[in-house]
Amino acid sequence: MIAELTRRYRFSAAHRLHNEALGEEENARLYGKCNNPYGHGHNYVLDVTVRGQIDEGTGMVMDLGLLDRIVNEQVLERFDHTHLNLDVAEFARLVPTTENLCLEIHHLLRERLAREASRATLRRIRLAETNSNFFEYEGEGASGGERRTKGDGS
Amino acid sequence: MIYVTRRGEFSASHYYHNPALSAEENQRLFGKCNNPHGHGHNYTVEVTVGGEVDGRTGMVMDEKELKRVLEEAVLQSFDHKFLNMEVPVFRTLIPTTENIAVEVWKRLGPRLATGRLQRVRVYETPELYVDYFGE
Repeated sequence: MIAELTRRYRFSAAHRLHNEALGEEENARLYGKCNNPYGHGHNYVLDVTVRGQIDEGTGMVMDLGLLDRIVNEQVLERFDHTHLNLDVAEFARLVPTTENLCLEIHHLLRERLAREASRATLRRIRLAETNSNFFEYEGEGASGGERRTKGDGS
Repeated sequence: MIYVTRRGEFSASHYYHNPALSAEENQRLFGKCNNPHGHGHNYTVEVTVGGEVDGRTGMVMDEKELKRVLEEAVLQSFDHKFLNMEVPVFRTLIPTTENIAVEVWKRLGPRLATGRLQRVRVYETPELYVDYFGE
């Protein structure tokens, strides 16, 4: 039998939405107050969903301790209490919208899960920026995790 | 297709142990969940049924009926119980959130019209849930 397990994690980070390829007016029009040069922050809520056979010996889809370790190492330690634009190399040029953050987290988790979680696979990432908006990414087809070109401003 | 979800809650205790494995292996696999005295959670169950909107009633199914089935088939037998000891299926099956979701499906499926049940979601805590789609 196949089930999907979802675990919730939290991290807090600062960011600024700004595309260097665009002028100041265009950035201000596109991103509004998110374009504030000093940055601003959010408490992000990350739901990670894995899918797999329920193991008969353990009754589980995957070892939760292993999932926690992978998410901690790949995501929380990398992003928590950072300024995404300034402290995370990936976002030095790529605009750290929550969409792009979703794609990056999917990429960071998919490979490690594939390598270390023998049966379970990454099904979905859901990332809430505030209580009022969230973003979901399930990967693209079998390859999954297509990432956007740096600095495309989307 | 329209989906309707009904939520219910139960509080229960459980522990994880596989008698086919050694004490050390159980401890390694299940950690603090292996404490034989059990520990408890406030579970939330979400049952989703799907169907077309009935032209006469404007509803997918009678909500009262869904509530009654959920209470009779699941909540009454799980609430304020030690799952390993008091729910027969969990004397041999480890009452993980995954297995609880499958058991809820087995209990509800036959009591609803064919094809009605779409998803069973069981929250063990607000931070952890399992979805089962009957696969």
